[in-house]
Amino acid sequence: MLDYSNILSQTIQDIKPSGIRKFFDMLDGMKDVVALTVGQPDFVTPWHIRVAAIESLENGKTYYTSNSGTLELRSEISAYMNRRFSLNYDPKNEIIVTVGGSEAIDISIRALLNPGDEVIIPQPAFVCYGPIVELAGGTPVYIDTKEENKFKLTADELKEAITPKTKLLILPYPNNPTGAIMTKEDLEPIAEVLRDTNIMILSDEIYCDLTYGMNHTSIANIDGMWERTIIASGFSKTYAMTGWRLGYTLAPAEITKQMLKIHQYAIMCAPTTSQFAAVEAMRNGDEDVEMMRSEYNRRRRYIVSGLRSIGIDCFEPEGAFYVWPNISKFGMSSEEFCERLLAEEKVAIVPGTAFGDCGEGFARISYAYSVEHIAKAIDRIEKFVSKLG
Amino acid sequence: MSELLKLLENDARLSPKALALMLEKEEGDIKKMIENYEKEGVILGYHTEIDWDKTNREYVCAMIEIKITPQRDRGYDHVAQKIYNYPEVESLYLMSGGFDLAVFIKGKTMREVALFVAERLATIEDVISTSTHFVLRKYKDNNIIYGSMPTDERENCI
Repeated sequence: MLDYSNILSQTIQDIKPSGIRKFFDMLDGMKDVVALTVGQPDFVTPWHIRVAAIESLENGKTYYTSNSGTLELRSEISAYMNRRFSLNYDPKNEIIVTVGGSEAIDISIRALLNPGDEVIIPQPAFVCYGPIVELAGGTPVYIDTKEENKFKLTADELKEAITPKTKLLILPYPNNPTGAIMTKEDLEPIAEVLRDTNIMILSDEIYCDLTYGMNHTSIANIDGMWERTIIASGFSKTYAMTGWRLGYTLAPAEITKQMLKIHQYAIMCAPTTSQFAAVEAMRNGDEDVEMMRSEYNRRRRYIVSGLRSIGIDCFEPEGAFYVWPNISKFGMSSEEFCERLLAEEKVAIVPGTAFGDCGEGFARISYAYSVEHIAKAIDRIEKFVSKLG
Repeated sequence: MSELLKLLENDARLSPKALALMLEKEEGDIKKMIENYEKEGVILGYHTEIDWDKTNREYVCAMIEIKITPQRDRGYDHVAQKIYNYPEVESLYLMSGGFDLAVFIKGKTMREVALFVAERLATIEDVISTSTHFVLRKYKDNNIIYGSMPTDERENCI
């Protein structure tokens, strides 16, 4: 019998499996559970977008595209960034179409890091950054963002985390799991800290179209930041296209050239059918996006007020489709709270600790569900917390 | 406020409380707005979408095209009234194109529908001709696709 632990990469063995996974595994086989755990839209991809994909197959578009994606799609992405966020990227050499936002994050980090480089990651955040940094030989340096700062990154926190080894700052806003956003006013002081350094920024803007009340601002828009920013984004959340696996990177040509090497050797190109669908999404999908955003916004108001009305403190999220209630007053760990809620009232929400240790005392609740479903969950949560007294 | 109407059009069972939360209004204001809509005749009624094919009810639906000669002094409205007052008539539209009125009716049998057309509709003075089309299958009505029961197949990823 082979001793695999001596064979497998030590780096990968040292990486912990995702904390959310463990909780999801508990759900398997349980009946009548009202789940608010899913991190993807409940809408089906709009029909005209699906039709574009079907037609591309009917017309035999089953080949590889160029490594960086079809020029047609890159041009659409470029036009979209310009009309939505007043940002300019050359479709020819500053855009790579990737396999989801995930690959965009991966190739950005891998193209930048040398072994020993430090990467600053605000938490709570989506779980992939740290492990990808470690796989690239870097060291994650976590900053715990605070509820009193609305889970935004502050300039002081950033200054404190910077060392001579700092290579990269990851900016995960609009944020999964907190729903926090960074406005132009919030980003200015961050930019000020970085302006005279060589520190790069990876801005994960996958939720850029899901902000409520104000338009998203990218840090690439702040004076002097474009040249040091890689934007990772994609179609999953904006157009309800998670299963299509399609994202993109936006970065200055010299960076894009290096990222493209990783992409072309590891991936070749993003799925062709998805690229045809994405062109249609960007050309004719604005109304769909508006419809979905309005619907998420109604649910957001409903769930925040609903949770507050049953005595659960809840920071007001302004982006993505999650709420991040503070459950510390119930005197249990996040995990215990979520496990008991699941066992006693059959409602599934994700313990905050799945998104970093600083998530202790919080839980993530997704509102990518119908209002009817959310209402049912709130009734059950009310029963649960009223028992706790 | 059309957002309220759109929400109610989609789901009449949403409570004033739920609507108030979603629209950031007071529950009392929502109740008042709904009352006003009802008074003004903007909201005319509330329905339940039922797939009768899944019950043991025996019924047929038909659309009847009617061509008429409108009278100089009373236009189409007079004929329309004569038709829509029959309880068998579920919907009635004045149409552009090759015919004038579209009548939707539901009956127990095809014979019952045919007799209704022959005895009640065709005999109306201004009616020139009728053409009856029976519905074979309802695919979609009021934005609801029939026969499909959406299930949540999303996976918890990562």
